[in-house]
This record gives sequence, structure tokens and C-alpha cells, in this order.
Amino acid sequence: MADFLFFLFSALTVLSAFLVTVSRNAVNGAMFMILSFVGMACLFLLLEAYFLAALQVLVYAGAVMVLFLFIVMLLDADKARSVRPDRLTIVAATVGGLMLISGLAYVTFGPSAAPSTELPAITEMPQNATAENIPFTTASRSFGYGLFTKYMLPFQVTGFLLLIAMIGVIVLSKKIDASGDEPAKQKVAKS
Amino acid sequence: MDSLLLDIVIKVIFALLFVAVIMSLAAYSVLGERKVASWIQGRVGPNRTALPGISAIPVLGPQLVKLGIWQPLADGVKFLFKEDPLPGHVNKLYYCLAPCIALVPALTTMVVLPVGQYMDGDVVKPIILANVDIGILFILAFGSLGVYGIVIGGWAANSKYPYFGGIRSSAQMISYELAMGMSILPVLIWANGPNSGLAGLSLFNIVESQQGMWLGVWMPIPAFIFLVSLYAETNRLPFDMPESETELVGGFHTEYGSFKFGLFFVGEYAHMVIGSAVFTILFLGGWNFLPDFGIESLHWLSDPWALMPNWLGGPLSVIYFIGKTLFFVFLFMWVRWTLPRFRYDQVMTLGWKYLVPGALICVVAYAIIIGLWDIAFAIDQTPAIVE
Repeated sequence: MADFLFFLFSALTVLSAFLVTVSRNAVNGAMFMILSFVGMACLFLLLEAYFLAALQVLVYAGAVMVLFLFIVMLLDADKARSVRPDRLTIVAATVGGLMLISGLAYVTFGPSAAPSTELPAITEMPQNATAENIPFTTASRSFGYGLFTKYMLPFQVTGFLLLIAMIGVIVLSKKIDASGDEPAKQKVAKS
Repeated sequence: MDSLLLDIVIKVIFALLFVAVIMSLAAYSVLGERKVASWIQGRVGPNRTALPGISAIPVLGPQLVKLGIWQPLADGVKFLFKEDPLPGHVNKLYYCLAPCIALVPALTTMVVLPVGQYMDGDVVKPIILANVDIGILFILAFGSLGVYGIVIGGWAANSKYPYFGGIRSSAQMISYELAMGMSILPVLIWANGPNSGLAGLSLFNIVESQQGMWLGVWMPIPAFIFLVSLYAETNRLPFDMPESETELVGGFHTEYGSFKFGLFFVGEYAHMVIGSAVFTILFLGGWNFLPDFGIESLHWLSDPWALMPNWLGGPLSVIYFIGKTLFFVFLFMWVRWTLPRFRYDQVMTLGWKYLVPGALICVVAYAIIIGLWDIAFAIDQTPAIVE
């Protein structure tokens, strides 16, 4: 049963991810992307990572894709003309893609591939957890525990990166003239 | 194999029961809405619809008719048998898909909603379809998918006003989701803090942690922020931007008729009922009878259901919970017929400039308060996952 579900949801995820790239209508693409995210959340569920599954739906399907859809609809992207890539781009993309696939195949199946390790036992609740030894659990509490002990530094750095990106977007999207001020806007009715 | 089959059959029956109760609550809150509206406006409201057989009963029948109790049935039949037009200019696939997308997430969230409790020996257990660790996240996640019904519906209708409705709702929902998620954090800190077990984010744990005091009483600001965000998420007045019939005709469902409109309509009310239930669980102690202030001898006050036999305590706790929930459904209606609609820029200002910073301040403040409480009173009882 679990095997069957795994293949079902993998097929759903991969197929809809593929359809994102080939669909001409931008809204169709966005909808397939949501489907792909939901499929991935189902795969997380099969791995007993319920917390990750919920976050996948909440953050990506629920929030990020709404913004995508918002932009797609607002700009009416259907009417944008499709640009045909020139020959050099096609050749470069093909070569790059093939190299990526063969590299992945080599790493996975080649002589130097990492041996597949045994799956760790999954417990309901960590009992003897220390910062070095965090067991695999289904409880969301253990995610928090891991984030605030062993992975504290990466966690903080990631947060800092997001902050930088956010400030960068604000700076780039705000038009500032030579004197360093914002250009005077047209008068808008006061709210 | 037989026991497995029996297990599945029992679960299906439970699930159908849940669906039946929530759907009839949704249907009858439509009637409730019309009755409350007429009450507030000094009218009578629906009082004519009658079933031939039952309404002929001498005294009871006319009384039921006067209450309008058959009106939802008539409405449902009307939605089913009206002509179902498919306008020529719409995107057919998404036009038909949107009502389903609007209804399904609202109903899916009921899976993790505990509605009462029963005793299994000495252990208190929730009456729930799936008691998962991530309850509240599950509800937030599927609640956030509800916006697609409106956005896709507005876009697929392919005309100006529905389009405006869809665009407005996507911006509004993202804004208020943020405030909503953050206003829950103090509740979760408390539920996993000083006085409870290791039950993570499950809603049952949150109810159990409120036996001493309902969180809405000493966390009024997060409760208020959550309530306001809930109104915005369910698109109810004063936040019904996607619909706002004075500016946008009917908003996102202008082009919809018949049963497709009925699905949107029922979806909105189901969302409302479940939202009220979640508010009751988070801030009003769920099915706890009254707060017992943490005094051991007063424990019967917060949890009288545990003292009764299961056949009595279980149903009573569910009924008490539904009663609390219905009060908030009533509050939804009261607000709708009392407050005027916000302007769109006011909606955005309120969301981003007041609710989000307010929720952030609340998180920090309550984290400090609960931390101090933890140090002062409960440090030796605090469950630790580190030995």
C-alpha cells in the first residue's frame, strides 16, 4: 500500500512539475505547480514528516502560490508574447541538462556512490535527545528542538539571508533620485 | 481482516456523521443569518415555507413554519433544480472547478477538529476524527487553500467585477493570514509550556491546557486579533471585499448561478462554523465548562464531563462545545448587520499597520510572561525532552 501510494504521489509530483514547464497558459502553470507542491506534501506524509507536510502546504501552496497567481492575473500574462529562444540557448540548455542528468546518475549509481544506509527508527517522542544525537521523530516539537540546538547557526544565517533579500527588494523597487530622496509623487487623495 | 474492515466502516460512519452535523449547521446558519438580520432590522424574516405533512400538525406545525425551519430545505432544492447556466465567455474548466475548491478545504479542516471528550478508563480522550500532532497547522494550511476558490472563480468568470473581487481577496487573505498565524503563537507557547504534557500542536492539548483559565480572558489582544483575522479570512463583513455588492455587483460570484453559487454559499458558512469552532478551542476553553483557576478541589467545575458516565458526559461535552461555537456564529451575524464595510485601503492599513505589529508585540510579551511564570511556579513540573 505504501509503495503504491509512493509511486502514485511521485508520479503526480513529477508529472505536474513537468507540465508547469510546458504549459503555455501561465495560470495553468501556476495550478500545476500547486498540484506538484501538494504531491510533495503527500510524499512527506508517507515519510511520517507531518510537520514538514503541513508547512509545505501552508507556506508554498497556501501563501507563495497565491502571490504568484496574483501577479499572473494582475499582469494578464496570457497576452505576453512567447519568446522563441535562439539556437545557441537551445544547444547550451540541452548540453547542460544532459550533463546534469549524467552527473546525477553517476553519483547515484556509479562506483563511488554512497552506500544506502539503513532507515533510522522513527519514534513518537524523543526521550534521550542531546544536541549531538537528535533522533528521528514524528513530533513537531523535535523540529524546534533541533533548530534551536544543533542547527542554531544555520537557522540564524538563513533568517539573516532572508532579511537581506527583503531589504534588497525594497531598495531596488523604490526609485531614488540623484539627491538621495524619493521623487515627489503625484498627489493622491488622502486615505 | 475483519477487524480492519470494521475499523474502516466505523471511521467512515464517524466521518459521515461529522459532515452531516457541520453541513446542517452551515445550512441552518443561513437561516439564522436571515432571522438575525430581520430581527436587527425589525422585520419577521422567513416564516412561510411549509412542509405539507408535518406543518399540518395542530399547534407545533404552524410554530415551526413561523420559525422558518423548512426554509433551508427549500433553498437547497431551489439551488439544485434551477437552470445551471454556463456563460459563453468563461474559462469552462476553472469556472466549474472553483466552487469545489472553495468548499473542499473548508470541510477538510473538520478532520482535526476535536469536538468533545470521553473517558477511556482514567484517561481523557478527544472525540475527533484524526488526533494528529499538527492539528492547528493543518487547519491553517487547509484554510489558506480556500482562497483559490475565490481567486480562480473570479478569474475564470472573465469579466471585470469578478476579476476585481478575485484580486482583492488574494491580497486580503495573504495579509490577514500572517496576523492570524502570529496571534496563535502565545496560545501555543502556553499550551506547551508550564502546565501540560508533550502533545505538541494538537488542538486537544490546547483545550486541556485551558482548564485553569480560558486563554481569551488573559490573552484578550491575541484573541481579538485572531477574531478580526477570522472575519477577514472568511470574507465576512466588515471585510467582504471580494463580494462587496455595492461596488462589484456580486464580486467573485457575479457570473455564477444555481448550484455552483450554492457551493460558494455553503462553503462560506461552513468556513464560518469551523472558524468559530477553532476560536472556541483556542481562546474559550473548548468544551471546558467553566475555568477552575488551577484549584484542585474545583476541578469538577472545568471538567464535569469526566465525572459522568461516558454515554452522558461525551454527548454533553459536544453539545456544550457546539453551544459555544454557535454563539460565535451569532457574533459573525451580529457584526455583519451592525458594522459598515471598510474601504479597501482601510482593510490593508488595519492588517499591516495594526494587526501584524500588534500580534508581534503580543508574541514577545506573552513569551516573557509565560517564561517568568514557568520559572516562578512550574519549573520542576515542566516536561523536558532532554534528560
